[in-house]
Amino acid sequence: MSGIGRHLLSIEDLDRAGIERILDRAESFAEVSGREIKKVPALRGRTVVNLFYEASTRTSSSFELAAKRLSADVVSVRSIGSSVEKGESLKDTVQTLSAYDPAAIVIRSPHVGAAALVAGWTAASVINAGDGKHEHPTQALLDVFTLRRRLGSLEGASIWIVGDVLHSRVARSNILALRRMGARVTVCGPPTLLPREIEALGCEAKPSLEGLSQADVVYVLRMQQERMREAFVPSLREYVQRYQITSTHLDARQLLMHPGPVNRGVELSADAIDSPRALISDQVKAGVAVRMAVLYELLVGSPVLEAVA
Amino acid sequence: MGAPLFCRPAELLIRGAHVLDPRAGIDTRQDILIRGGHIAELAVPGSIAAPDDCDVVDGTGKHLFPAFVDPHVHLRTPGQEHKETIASGTAAAAAGGFGAVIAMPNTSPPVDNASVLRALAQTADREARVPVGFLAAITRGQNGQELTEMAELREAGALGFTDDGRPVVSAGMLRKALQYQRVCGGVLTLHEEDPALSAGGAMHEGAVSARLGLAGIPSVSESTMVARDAALAIYERGRVHFQHLSCRESVAALAAAKEQSALVSAEVSPHHLTLTDESVRALESSFKMNPPLRTEADRTALVQALRSGLIDCVATDHAPHATHEKEVPFEQAAMGTTGLETAFAALFTKLVQAGELELSALVERMTAGASLFDLPQPTIGPGQLASVCLVDLRAGWEVGGRGYVSRSENCCFHGQTLRGRVLLTVAAGAVVFRAVSAALPAALTAVK
Repeated sequence: MSGIGRHLLSIEDLDRAGIERILDRAESFAEVSGREIKKVPALRGRTVVNLFYEASTRTSSSFELAAKRLSADVVSVRSIGSSVEKGESLKDTVQTLSAYDPAAIVIRSPHVGAAALVAGWTAASVINAGDGKHEHPTQALLDVFTLRRRLGSLEGASIWIVGDVLHSRVARSNILALRRMGARVTVCGPPTLLPREIEALGCEAKPSLEGLSQADVVYVLRMQQERMREAFVPSLREYVQRYQITSTHLDARQLLMHPGPVNRGVELSADAIDSPRALISDQVKAGVAVRMAVLYELLVGSPVLEAVA
Repeated sequence: MGAPLFCRPAELLIRGAHVLDPRAGIDTRQDILIRGGHIAELAVPGSIAAPDDCDVVDGTGKHLFPAFVDPHVHLRTPGQEHKETIASGTAAAAAGGFGAVIAMPNTSPPVDNASVLRALAQTADREARVPVGFLAAITRGQNGQELTEMAELREAGALGFTDDGRPVVSAGMLRKALQYQRVCGGVLTLHEEDPALSAGGAMHEGAVSARLGLAGIPSVSESTMVARDAALAIYERGRVHFQHLSCRESVAALAAAKEQSALVSAEVSPHHLTLTDESVRALESSFKMNPPLRTEADRTALVQALRSGLIDCVATDHAPHATHEKEVPFEQAAMGTTGLETAFAALFTKLVQAGELELSALVERMTAGASLFDLPQPTIGPGQLASVCLVDLRAGWEVGGRGYVSRSENCCFHGQTLRGRVLLTVAAGAVVFRAVSAALPAALTAVK
C-alpha cells in the first residue's frame, strides 16, 4: 500500500511506494504538458491557495501552473502587499484563507515547521513548498523524477550533494528521498557549512571533493552570497577554488543537477552549466508535472486514471 | 520576603502520613500537629488527640515532605502580567507543593534598582500565596555594561544577583561583580551561554537539529562559560550559583570547579532531567527552552550529578508564556516551559519510579535551594514554622487535564499522565493550597 496522506509536509510522509506513485502520475501529466491544450479537468471547481512568505520564482510559478492545468481556481497570496505586512499572524492568515474552503494550501515560509502548523489550522490539504531550512519535498520529488527518467532506477546509485548543506532544505529533503529510493548519498562541503551529525540522516559527509569521480550524480547546491559575509567561508575565491564544480570534474558518465537559481561562476562554472551532463532545465520542466501529480494524489487520489485522459 | 498575609496560621492535624525529611532524618509514619502555624508535635500514628479547633486530615497512604523550594521562577511582574502575576505564579507554586520561590529580575522594567524591588516586595506582601524572594540584576538593564547598585539592592532585600535570560558576556564585568560581592554579599547567579556560539540557535545542536534544519545551540556554548566563570569565582573567592545546567560538559566543568571551591553551586531543571532533544522532532513549541533539551547522554549525566549531590538542587525555571507567543513556528516561539505545578510529579514519575533517583534524594534536592540563597530551610520538627506538603504518590493525573493554576499553559509535560499529586501545601505556617477536586480521596476533606 503506497502511503500518501492528506498533506505533504515532509518526505517522511511518503514511503517508497508513495514516491513511485507520485512519479508515475507525473509521467502521465508530463504527457499532458506536451499537448497543445495543456489542461485536464481533474480539479475543476476546486480552489488552491498559494501562500508564499518568501521570494520564489520557479516554485510559485510551477505550483500555480500545475493547479491551473488541473483546472483549479488559484489564489496566490504573497507576504508583500498582504495583511501579513500589517502584522497578521500565520494562524489568522490561514484561518482567513480557509474561510474560502480551499482544497489545498501550498505554503512557503522562512520558518521550520510552518507547513505542519498550518495543517493543524485548516481543513485543506497542505503542501510544504519550503519551510525554512527544514524541507522542500516537491523539489526532491522532481529531482528524483528527473533522475529516474535518466537512470531508470536509483537503486545503488551514488549521489553527491555539494555545497552549503547547512542552510539547505533542498539537501535535507533530497537526502531523505534519495535514501528512500535506494541511492547512496554523500554530502560534501566546507565543514562550516555541513550540519554537525548530518550522518544521522543516513549519508556520508566529506570535507573535500576528493572521491567525487565515484559519483553517478553530482547535485550542486546554491552558495548564497551572504554566507561570505557571515564568515562561513574565508572568501568567495577560496570557495570557488576548492568546491566549484567545473566540466573537468565531470566525466561522460556523470550527471549534474542544481535546484536553481544558479550563481554562475560560484558553485558551478559556466562550462559545467552548459554541458550536456547538466539536467538543470529537465529539473525545471519536471516541476510542473510533479506538482500536478502531488496535487492530484492528495486531492483526488485513488486510481481515477480517466481524469487524466 | 513576602509573607502570605491573607492566610491565617494553620491549625491542623495530619494523621498517619509517611513523613520523609532527609535533613531531619525522619522516614516513618507519624501524626503531625500544627498549632498557630508551627509544628507542635510529631508522634506515633493515632497518639495525638485532635484539638477542637483543628482541621484533621487523614494522611494514611500519603507522604508528608518539607515544602519544596524553587530558586528559579519567572513571575513576569512587573510588565508581563499577561503571562503571570505574583498571585497566579505563587498559587501555581503552592499547587506544586512549593513553600517558597525565588523570582528572576528579567521583568519589564528589570529589577535593576531598589525602587522597582521595593515596589515588587510590597506587591508580594499583598498577593503572594507563598513567600517570594527576589534576585536583582547584575548589570543595569541586564545589558552587561554597568553594575547595578548592588549594595543598595541588597539592603532593599535582594537575595542575590542575576542577569538570567542572558549571560554576563564580558569576563571583566563579571569579575567586577565578584569583587563588589565582597561589599554587599548575595549569590551571583549565572545563566551560562556564550552568544558567539549560540546566537540564532533554537534547539540543541546535534542529530535532531541537523534533521530539522534548525540552527543549533551547542553544548559548549554553556560549558565553556561555566568553566570561565568558575575560574573567575575561584580567583576572586566569590560565591556563584550556576543556573539550569543542561549538558554533560557543564557537569564536568562544575565537578572541576567544586574540587577547588566550596562557594560554587548549581541547579538543574525537571525538563532537562526527564526530556531530550528527541522531543523537539515534532516541532511542538512547548519543548523550546533555553538552555535547550539535549541528548540522552546529557540527561543521564545530569541525573547522576543530581543524585551524587554534585548538582545541589532542582529549580524549575518556570517560564510562563501566553498562547499566542507559543502558537507560532518553532523558531519564532518564545523560549521556556512552565514547571511549578509539575516538577515533583514529573521527577517522581520519570526518575524515582524508573529507579534513577531515590525518593529521599529527590525531596532533599527539591528543598536544597533554600539554604543556597540564605532562606530558612524547611524542616519537619517540633517548634519549626510549618512548611510542608502532603502528596499522594499513587495518584495519577493528566497534566493540564483540568487546566492550570498558572496564568499560562505552555507546559512541556502537557497531556502526560504523571504520578504524585500534591494534596495540601503549608507555607510559612499557613495552608496555601488544598486540593478540592472531586477525584481526590474523600478522606482529604473529611474532618473528624
